[in-house]
Amino acid sequence: MGAKVSNKIFDFFIILITSISALLCLLPLVNVLATSLSSTSAILASKVYFLPVETTFESYKALLRDNSMIWSLVFTTLLTVGYTALAMLLTICAAYPLTKKRLKGRNAILLMIIFTMYFSGGIIPEYILAKNLNIINTVWSLVLPGAISAYNLIVLKSFFTSLPDSLEESAILDGCNDIGVLFRIVLPLSKPVLATLSLFYAVGKWNSFMDALFYITDSKLYPLQLKLYQIIVNSQGIDASIGENNMSQNVLPESLEAACVIFATVPIILVYPWLQKYFVTGIMVGSVKG
Amino acid sequence: MDKANVVVSKAQTFIPQKKGFMYYLKRDKYLYLLLIFPVAYFVIFKYLPMYGVVIAFKEYNIFLPVWESPWIGFDAFKEVFRTNDFWRALRNTFMLNGLDLLLGFPAPIILAIIINELRSKWFKRVSQTMLYLPHFLSWVIIGGMVLQIFAPNFGLIDNIVKSLGFESIPFLTEKWPWVATYTAVGIWQNAGWGMIIYLAAIAGINSELYEAAEVDGAGRLRRIWNITLPCIRGTIIILFILNIGRISMIGFDRPFILGNASVKDFSDVISTYVYRVGLQSSRYNIATAVGLFQSLVGLVFLTVSNYITNKSGEEGIW
Repeated sequence: MGAKVSNKIFDFFIILITSISALLCLLPLVNVLATSLSSTSAILASKVYFLPVETTFESYKALLRDNSMIWSLVFTTLLTVGYTALAMLLTICAAYPLTKKRLKGRNAILLMIIFTMYFSGGIIPEYILAKNLNIINTVWSLVLPGAISAYNLIVLKSFFTSLPDSLEESAILDGCNDIGVLFRIVLPLSKPVLATLSLFYAVGKWNSFMDALFYITDSKLYPLQLKLYQIIVNSQGIDASIGENNMSQNVLPESLEAACVIFATVPIILVYPWLQKYFVTGIMVGSVKG
Repeated sequence: MDKANVVVSKAQTFIPQKKGFMYYLKRDKYLYLLLIFPVAYFVIFKYLPMYGVVIAFKEYNIFLPVWESPWIGFDAFKEVFRTNDFWRALRNTFMLNGLDLLLGFPAPIILAIIINELRSKWFKRVSQTMLYLPHFLSWVIIGGMVLQIFAPNFGLIDNIVKSLGFESIPFLTEKWPWVATYTAVGIWQNAGWGMIIYLAAIAGINSELYEAAEVDGAGRLRRIWNITLPCIRGTIIILFILNIGRISMIGFDRPFILGNASVKDFSDVISTYVYRVGLQSSRYNIATAVGLFQSLVGLVFLTVSNYITNKSGEEGIW
């Protein structure tokens, strides 16, 4: 009987701690959402906690009136999709041959790739390279320098290695070449890990800020994060088009910033729960040493 | 020696023992074809910049090719080591990473153990989904949230602190409170994600161990202490080693975005220093020297900690 009671108490505390931790992850976002939807007077009176007070969509309207913001959203979406496709293609092309033990030079290439995980030229030589390649202030400077993640490559390679050889052998007997085997046999069997790695690449690009800060000065090519940085952290204010508008007087900078945060977060929140079951398995594959 | 062996060895002399590289190139041509672009990527975007570190030893002029710039030896390093800003950035890097290690490292372990004890499957899933979420938010977004929530006057925390009858706390504008905020936000962002790997390790534990312990009358805390923790010891050690190995490496986004002018003494780290000196003041050789110094220190830390792991009987990273 005593054991049962202590078990109940134990369960209670476990649930309590988990709930508090989980809410701590969610509530800051809820507060920012509430701020973005609250009226100026409510924010000024410090009445906003986790529910909007005197709900208004003014800050979102002000945000959406800024054409450069819409363009930035479109540009970043295209950038993320294009980058993810390229990165996945290159990662697959590298990971598959490197699983073949018969391939001459395989170990040298693997070593060359792994070495880059521990040593790099650093920010300045990479910047000078981009300058010499003439890709500064072009989309390419946001796509090419990080086109393959060595970590993702190793994860994919160890997944490919875990597939049974017999399937590939029978395909080869049927007259398939290596590329055919890759596309017809290996990739269809690898959907979970491909989904995981695509998510990592896509979220990484959607959230990336440093490359744009270094390589992009042309405001037409500002990805969302750089634009947000200038609005939120640097307080450079939203585009002049909003300043011209009378509505701006009804919108507090706080609530506008909150709207920006929500604006950039929504796409991620929409995508990631659907992929959760994949990335957990993906991480586990990655934790197996390849 | 018997006859059969002689015959075999004679036959072998007629077949070329070692095939030329061209043979393998032809046999595996499709595989090499696939590798062309990825290998080109690593050569151009990873290895060319490694050659670029010679800039640290040159009087580099952006209008001249690297190889035409005159050598200046270790002058750039000497200048770096003379500046106070560099030592401050180095100290801050170790301080902030040290705090992350001390306070941030145990968080995912504790979280994984707690989550593992949950009985309800759906509750487990829902709370995990929420705990992973911060990992997917960019530092710009987190920075925006932090500014909002910790803002004086209207911020959530300030509202709560004041309604409890306390004075406002300068979370973002004074040194030590800023360090606390920086560390706490780091834990907030990483703990949930970091827990995945420990959950995987816990899932791999043989359930018979728990059943046997239960039969022996061990309570749940006892089982955590005597089974769960020892079984994930290897994972904990390897991740700890990995983190110690990276203690001199610091990301750019987090200190850059959370930092501000009033806490510069604590928020300026190596990566932000390199950005400031290199890209904003165009002192390429100085910034490259700092970057190279950091890379080498990092490599030393990683090698030494890996060596210690292997020596202590655990399996290191290589």
